[in-house]
Amino acid sequence: MTDQTPALRLEGIVKTFPGVRALDGVSLTVMPGEVHALMGENGAGKSTLMKVLGGILAPNEGQIFIEEQPTVMSSPMNAKAKGVVFIHQELSLADELTVAENIFLGELPKKSFGRVDWQRLYDETDAILKTLNVGFAARTRVGDLSIANQQMVEIARALTVEPRAVIFDEPTASLTDAEKVVLFEVIADLQSRGVGVIYISHRMEEIFKITDRISVLRDGQYRGTLNTAETNEEEVTQLMIGRTLDLSRNESTHELGEVALEVRGLSCGGLFEDVSFSVRRGEVVGFYGLVGAGRTEIAETLFGLREPSAGTIHLAGEEVSIHSPADAIKRGISLVPEDRKGQGLILGMNCRDNMTLPQVSDLTAGPFVSDGAEVAIFDQYRDKLDIRTPGWRQLVGNLSGGNQQKIVIGKWLSMRPEVLIVDEPTRGIDVGSKSEIHNLIRELAAQGYAVIVISSEMPEVLHVSDRIVAMFSGRVMREFTAEEVTEDSLIQAISGLTGKTA
Amino acid sequence: MAELTRKGLQGFLARQGILVAFAVFMIAFAVANPRFIDIDNVFGVIRSSAILGVMALGVTFVVIGGNLDLSVGSMMSFSTIVVLDLHDKIGPTLAIPSMFAMTLALGAFIGILVGYLKLNSLIVTLGMLSAIHGLTLTYSGGKNMDIADKSGTWFSVFGQGSVAGLPMPILIFAGLAIVLSIILSRTPFGRKVYAVGGNGVAATFSGIPRARVVFMTYLMSSFCVATAGLIQASRSLGSQNTVGQGMELEVLAAVILGGASLLGGSGTIFKTVIGVLILGFIQNGLLLLGLAFYAQYIVTWIIIILAVWLDIAAKRGGLWSRIA
Repeated sequence: MTDQTPALRLEGIVKTFPGVRALDGVSLTVMPGEVHALMGENGAGKSTLMKVLGGILAPNEGQIFIEEQPTVMSSPMNAKAKGVVFIHQELSLADELTVAENIFLGELPKKSFGRVDWQRLYDETDAILKTLNVGFAARTRVGDLSIANQQMVEIARALTVEPRAVIFDEPTASLTDAEKVVLFEVIADLQSRGVGVIYISHRMEEIFKITDRISVLRDGQYRGTLNTAETNEEEVTQLMIGRTLDLSRNESTHELGEVALEVRGLSCGGLFEDVSFSVRRGEVVGFYGLVGAGRTEIAETLFGLREPSAGTIHLAGEEVSIHSPADAIKRGISLVPEDRKGQGLILGMNCRDNMTLPQVSDLTAGPFVSDGAEVAIFDQYRDKLDIRTPGWRQLVGNLSGGNQQKIVIGKWLSMRPEVLIVDEPTRGIDVGSKSEIHNLIRELAAQGYAVIVISSEMPEVLHVSDRIVAMFSGRVMREFTAEEVTEDSLIQAISGLTGKTA
Repeated sequence: MAELTRKGLQGFLARQGILVAFAVFMIAFAVANPRFIDIDNVFGVIRSSAILGVMALGVTFVVIGGNLDLSVGSMMSFSTIVVLDLHDKIGPTLAIPSMFAMTLALGAFIGILVGYLKLNSLIVTLGMLSAIHGLTLTYSGGKNMDIADKSGTWFSVFGQGSVAGLPMPILIFAGLAIVLSIILSRTPFGRKVYAVGGNGVAATFSGIPRARVVFMTYLMSSFCVATAGLIQASRSLGSQNTVGQGMELEVLAAVILGGASLLGGSGTIFKTVIGVLILGFIQNGLLLLGLAFYAQYIVTWIIIILAVWLDIAAKRGGLWSRIA
């Protein structure tokens, strides 16, 4: 690898916006056949760097080299023509068109009089699909494919040119574990064909599984490149945030109180069946399982968004029936939902109004909303949760992911719930804020809240939970205490390998 | 932060462009024809905008709640015809509340379809535009409706009366604007309208009864339409079946012009009032410049397009964008 020409080299890239130096002399070298991770917290400059590389932004200083030839990227199409291809986190496919049409969108092969050469289109597409080893054909409608297969179409799109470098931006965000395996095979295949791969992700396990080198950005500056084989998560994290992240097993314990929530034999359609568990005050119960195991659906049922088909819910020993979120809120159940921007926040609304939304009807002076009471609540939880915002008037959409999540958490804490359910508490949040939120969850338990944490990240579940409920395909497979759980037994349980429920 | 300042001027133009354009218009008109800023003309414009304005106040709630209401024009015709007909049959004292009840029933019906059944508001209210027109014609038998004794009824007070020199339509418009502005900006209900329009799913996840809030916005819209119908009927004391025809687009233009987003979640009553006045003054100005009345239909469309463009431009922070 050492004596090869780099597939792609960025040299001293500077990009300034008025008042901000978003990129401050960043250099990056990607060798052919290398998977190169690009890491950094939100706002570190990864996206800006990629926009420069993709021809969306022009750099103020610096130079891009492709195979050591200096080059200027004038537009995304131009970048693609030069062999630099992006696989975006958010898919940009036309659902109603076929796989082939999507792959060659904008460059369909033509016959005379501008007619589309369908035969050639399908032949060329099938040839590309064959190299990707996928189970669908050129004529399939994209809307009928799974998310993972749609991502394959995105990748296939990249292969219509002879790519020199392919950039994957958080490609696994919406993939199941099985689908990830396929994606990693494709990346390995690109690698073996001598393509340089840039892989952007927050997920350490993946980074350590598939990358050769890791480059880290912080505050728009290049912080260094590590050989993946010679480093570890701690070192990378330290480089990213300038300090270490504690992801050890949860060891703190505190007095557990009464049983706050008990669920007996709860079922909902085909989503989950015969689920029983309880949560005590001061306890964090983690729900771990694969996507589709029914965890989120349980939370939604407890929160009154779904009607259970069987089973009972008891709060502080009393059986309750919950038919709407308003019911749930009244009974002291709060849900920090999985999709922060879609379900948790109104991005065009300011911080304060978002935070007080569930109780706005109660914060009144006469018939009017009491400004003072609202600001008081906002101030209290801004301080308590250390929310960094210029003021309550700031639109939530302008905050970072971590601060947005704290607004949602603050919104529910200010309701003084009996039971707090947190679904995927740190999805899409940078590493620094992640550990803050983990600490916050532990603290809440210490203050006597009964907390349910649903997560797809094993380190997270292990780190915050007192007990872990492992789910597989809508059923509770096993319950572990923090002392007895091991990664292996947990993986077995969520894969449906443990046979009997606890 | 960088993104905000980078396109500073362009962003400012995108956000405040409509006010800038309005100022330019006003100055140009005033120079071209000094009568334009004559106090009588100014009052005249406000008074003739009042009916449209009252309807726009209600539609503001609907639009902020994330929906459209294209039925207000034909609903206003309905209210006008009904109240004129009942005036002679049961007297004004009973006719007015009866008309309000019937109009509110129409609003409630739309509210059920859009709020509780979650049907697309564009389709529902476009259909209702036509259905209510049919209802009005069925009710009136297609004939114009006139009050028999036009000089002997106190009913004319809403359209023709005045208090301390201020015409009643302006007072009703102003009073309603103040009350609705307070409801929208200061009450929990108002906050919920913004929440539902801003992100309906997140509102639901916060325990807000989305269907009921949407239902209420249509009820408020129909209340405003009934008020507008009352002013219209009282002013002319006789009416055709098509008196409100086409007003739905002007109302929408005024609301969007004021800066409420068609996507929901933003806008204020104050801005809508500004939008109504801008529309009124521009139409008046063009008349004074000698443009044919019919040209207003074209101008209104141009204004809508301009306003929608600026709305989108404000969202993406520039007038042009390569993507979306």
